[in-house]
Amino acid sequence: MSVLIYVNHQNGKIKKSTFETALYARKVAEMLQTDEVIALSLGQVSDEALTLLGNYGVTKVLSDNQALFDHFDAGVHTKALASAVEQTGATAIIISQNSNGKAIAPRLSMRLKAGLVSGAIELPIVNGNTFTVKKSVFSGKAFANYSILTPIKIIALNPNSYPVVKGQGLAAVEQFNSGITASDVKIKVKEIKSLSDSVPLPEAELVVSAGRGMKGPENWGMIEELAQALGAATACSRPVADVHWRPHHEHVGQTGITIRPNLYIAIGISGAIQHLAGVNNSKVIVVINKDPEAPFFKAADYGIVGDAFEIIPKLTQAVKAFKAQNN
Amino acid sequence: MKMLVCISKTPDTTAKIAFTNNNSTFDTNGVTFIMNPTDEWYALVRAIEIKEQTGTGSVTVINVGPKENESIVIQKALAIGADNAVRIDAVPDDAHFVAAQIAAHAETENYDIIFTGKETIDYNGSAIGGMVAELLNLPYISLANSLQLINATTASATREIEGGIEEVEVAVPFVISAQKGMAEQRIPNMRGIMAARTKPVKVLPPKDFSPYTSIVSYELPPARTQVKLIDPEHPEELIRLLHEQAKVI
Ligand SMILES: Cc1cc2nc3c(=O)[nH]c(=O)nc-3n(C[C@H](O)[C@H](O)[C@H](O)COP(=O)(O)OP(=O)(O)OC[C@H]3O[C@@H](n4cnc5c(N)ncnc54)[C@H](O)[C@@H]3O)c2cc1C
Repeated sequence: MSVLIYVNHQNGKIKKSTFETALYARKVAEMLQTDEVIALSLGQVSDEALTLLGNYGVTKVLSDNQALFDHFDAGVHTKALASAVEQTGATAIIISQNSNGKAIAPRLSMRLKAGLVSGAIELPIVNGNTFTVKKSVFSGKAFANYSILTPIKIIALNPNSYPVVKGQGLAAVEQFNSGITASDVKIKVKEIKSLSDSVPLPEAELVVSAGRGMKGPENWGMIEELAQALGAATACSRPVADVHWRPHHEHVGQTGITIRPNLYIAIGISGAIQHLAGVNNSKVIVVINKDPEAPFFKAADYGIVGDAFEIIPKLTQAVKAFKAQNN
Repeated sequence: MKMLVCISKTPDTTAKIAFTNNNSTFDTNGVTFIMNPTDEWYALVRAIEIKEQTGTGSVTVINVGPKENESIVIQKALAIGADNAVRIDAVPDDAHFVAAQIAAHAETENYDIIFTGKETIDYNGSAIGGMVAELLNLPYISLANSLQLINATTASATREIEGGIEEVEVAVPFVISAQKGMAEQRIPNMRGIMAARTKPVKVLPPKDFSPYTSIVSYELPPARTQVKLIDPEHPEELIRLLHEQAKVI
């Protein structure tokens, strides 16, 4: 019996979502009374980097470093994962519910005839052979507790749902033959366009977001400055993306991205229910709005009623002063 | 192109969410149901656009659900421009069940492209497309924000990844989940609504399938404690609270 995770990496660098699933898997392994947390790494990552997954509770890494894995094809990655499950006898598989995870986890569930809970936000409750897993439903307006009824369980964990604390330990790295060949690849990746150097929005722990209250794209400089001072990613409401003040990938909400940062700062956003749907699971919400009746204040932990154009520069100064003192 | 679009019924965006039976059942009392927005706005409209651009092919919509779904979602899809519909006559248990029903139908029909929306706004699973793709052994492009035909057998698409956009090429047949950017919402017009009434809806019995998961209970999120307001003249107080009290910076 073991717990298996899937390693997310980019350009050979292991991503935070992997550490998160590794630590989560370590806890699940304890619940299942096994010590084994195995990670499957597909594509080119150095053995040294993989060994360090031991810092996050991984005991063994299976690595198939064929270059053909570097470009993502959900079918290929699923097939390799299934073969790792077969060879290790894993009974629980933890995958991050990020863009690649959303493509792999459902495929794997059907391939293995294994129940999947996608978008889990907490550790499962394990009782004998039953797993109960909590996930957010109705666009953040409720939670549902799912019981997985099959012998093999798959959990796709929402990013930022489990704390990442680096520990000690080194994982053993073994070469793994997943049996994939070039003829399995059906999706050709032509180009990958990086959007920015900053933290990708779904992974960001701090997010500064702004809405139509900012009046126009020319005023986003101050939002970016605040975000930069905090080390935060930037986001926006839907109408702002619709009129192209900001790029679409920043649009959060029901029809945009769903995020779960530790801190969400909403500036000049009214807090319509469809916007809240994408952010209401944030741990702490700060709202800055000149309208004291803005619905967002009802969902907020902290609020400032006032004109964003006056408040933001002062707030940015305050952040800079705080950073200077605390770094 | 012979295309299949999976459409789902969801509570209206603004629906108030409540539960009954000791929090084990979603309370549909007073809830208006709609076609899932990403299925309607992006997946369905893009399929119709592709048919219009190529001048050939067909768009079939499929829904796994009871008879009432014909008036709630299927008629609207036909009014927007789908050619015909399939309804699998079952009340779905879980995503695995739904995907198994869709795949069982698709297996016999040789569709070139199978569309789903990015996710439903009720169970937020983002799972059906991948499951159907696996059952049919087809390539799967998830979270796509554009899709273009290159020729009669090949398509190119862009999909969202963390911190970037990926451009991919794939041969038909394939499965794709659609999101924002893929197409623009269309409002059905009177002619479409009239035409919908004469379009065929095929009703099929469900295939035997035991669900892999079940919902034990629901919970409502705890209410946030009342907002703490900070003097706009002193935003440094906010920073102090975020550091000392909330411990997020
Ligand atoms: C089916 C559906 C899906 C949707 N999906 C989404 C979604 O995914 N994401 C999303 O965001 N929206 C979504 N919407 C739209 C949503 O309903 C709102 O229209 C939208 O969120 C409003 O954006 P906003 O708050 O930026 O703009 P507005 O509603 O125009 O609000 C602007 C706010 O800025 C404040 N303001 C103005 N000037 C200042 C100032 N100088 N200083 C401080 N505050 C100021 C105002 O008081 C106001 O509260 C959806 C709608 C529908 C129907």
